Amino acid sequence: MSESAREEPKHGGEPRPPVMQRILDNPFLLLFLGVTIPTVFYVLWAVMELTQIPIAK
Amino acid sequence: MATQAQFRICPDTGLKVHLPAQALIKANAVAAVVFLAIGGLFGLSVALTRWPAVHLLPAEWFYLALTAHGADVLLFWIIFFEMAVLYFASAILLGSRLAAPKMGWLAFILMLVGAVTANIAVLQGESSVMFTSYVPMKAAPHFYLGLILFAVGALIGVFVFFGTLIVAKDERTYEGSIPLVTFGALTAAIIAVFTIACGAIILVPTFLWSIGIISHIDPLTYKVVWWGMGHSSQQINVSAHVAVWYAIAAIVLGAKPLSEKVSRTAFFFYILFLQLASAHHLLVEPGISSEWKIFNTSYAMYLAVLGSMIHGLTVPGSIEAAQRRKGYTNGIFEWLRKAPWGNPAFAGMFLSLVMFGFLGGITGVILGTEQLNMLMHNTLYVPGHFHGTVVAGTTLAFMAMTYLVVPLIFRRELVLPRLAQWQPYLFGIGAAGISLFMMGAGTLGVARRHWDITFTDARLSFDVPAGAFLMMGLNGICAILAALGGLAYVVVVVGSILFGKRKDAPAPAARPATPPMASPIASYGGEGTLKLPGTMVLVSVFFVAFVLYYYVNWKYLASVWPLR
Repeated sequence: MSESAREEPKHGGEPRPPVMQRILDNPFLLLFLGVTIPTVFYVLWAVMELTQIPIAK
Repeated sequence: MATQAQFRICPDTGLKVHLPAQALIKANAVAAVVFLAIGGLFGLSVALTRWPAVHLLPAEWFYLALTAHGADVLLFWIIFFEMAVLYFASAILLGSRLAAPKMGWLAFILMLVGAVTANIAVLQGESSVMFTSYVPMKAAPHFYLGLILFAVGALIGVFVFFGTLIVAKDERTYEGSIPLVTFGALTAAIIAVFTIACGAIILVPTFLWSIGIISHIDPLTYKVVWWGMGHSSQQINVSAHVAVWYAIAAIVLGAKPLSEKVSRTAFFFYILFLQLASAHHLLVEPGISSEWKIFNTSYAMYLAVLGSMIHGLTVPGSIEAAQRRKGYTNGIFEWLRKAPWGNPAFAGMFLSLVMFGFLGGITGVILGTEQLNMLMHNTLYVPGHFHGTVVAGTTLAFMAMTYLVVPLIFRRELVLPRLAQWQPYLFGIGAAGISLFMMGAGTLGVARRHWDITFTDARLSFDVPAGAFLMMGLNGICAILAALGGLAYVVVVVGSILFGKRKDAPAPAARPATPPMASPIASYGGEGTLKLPGTMVLVSVFFVAFVLYYYVNWKYLASVWPLR
């Protein structure tokens, strides 16, 4: 299949691009993923662990 | 709505250039070069101080210079240039007007005021906290304020980029998907949003702490969030310079990516996982679990590394495919031998590609492996690694791109073309040497961030092997080479902008009938071939080097930490 090929329409009308291409063509979905994933796995996870360290007396 | 009078057609590339975007590209590129020159000078003084036989600066000046060097080249040079890349990759490549040029100028002014303010704070001598500015070390309030202003400006610039994507889509200046180079810039912009958010989250309270409104900043929380900015800002670079590699290959050689889908998937891996590599700076911190460390640096980071390895295949592969299309088909490497090595844009790009992979890439994986990290954590190996990524990789790629920006955007011919031809080699060899010899010294135990590698006045002495002194001397020599290469770059670029012969006047804003030479950069479509024997050999060499170096480090770890 060529690079610019699109999926065949199932019920006529405009052909719909493949799911992955639709994801990659949506800059704001990518922005959401690119900010949320490191915020959860890097920042929030680490801060949650740090808050559980007992404070020295 | 922009009028046609606000556009010109580039006679060399056929690209439709929005003049307000062009003005912003010029301003950001000029500011970038100025801060590179300042930061490079501080970097040379740092390297000459680390050379034990020279030991140029006294301690207090060393930390001042190290702070200024870090801020000027790791933040200001790079991000000013990235703003130029974002405006180019959106307005110019999409043939669109730039969304909100006035906001673009506000962003530029904030960034400039912030960068100058931070430099003033450092030069006043009360803010020698180094680039990381770890609390409880306290800088002058205007140091943090400068960084915050710079970050706010950069964030505004990033949203001008996003706005331009919307404008271009609404006004149908392109069809289908955005070009790959724009997608690479989009990746950089997304990482920039996370980076700047982390910077704001940690620098705003630190600023309030510096003026006495907040009493305490937890050092470990500071480190976690700060590295979300400090390391991710270098991931913006990676995305931007990979986009620049594709751009230069397209403009100079007419190269198309091997596969749009594969290259975009590689950038997608960056978007999802690249920022998580920030965790490798925290691998020895107490209080954070091994699960967090291993997930972020090993499992997630390896997926981002996979993205880089894909680009490492597809960029040289696209060059080979383009060269073979032109008839350079003899043997395995005719396409490479007959590549335009005298063109500083191509030479800089290819050197950047090779050195980023071999020096910055492989060593980044070593540092991201928790066990191996113990061998060189907080040694000079770390700056050695990031001089492989940011200097040999990003800076060289951006320098190479400048050799296209000057004729295409500034409409000036390069002055001193012979010097420009030699510049990428001079700077590249110097940068590679800095990276290699700092990593060598770090492997031998030389600490980073320290004025005196021998720790002569310390209560607990540390016997630095003789080889480390040799490494630091060689590092100093390579720093001089890189500084000469940097000076050559500044002379050629500034000289060309001020005194270069003007290229022909802009043509009226109409699409040319003939396809522009740079059409691959602004369109969707891949080469669709994997018959690339030369690239396969190069990639095999890379993998062998990777495996051997990985093995050697595990072997080294086994020898310093034997199980008996």
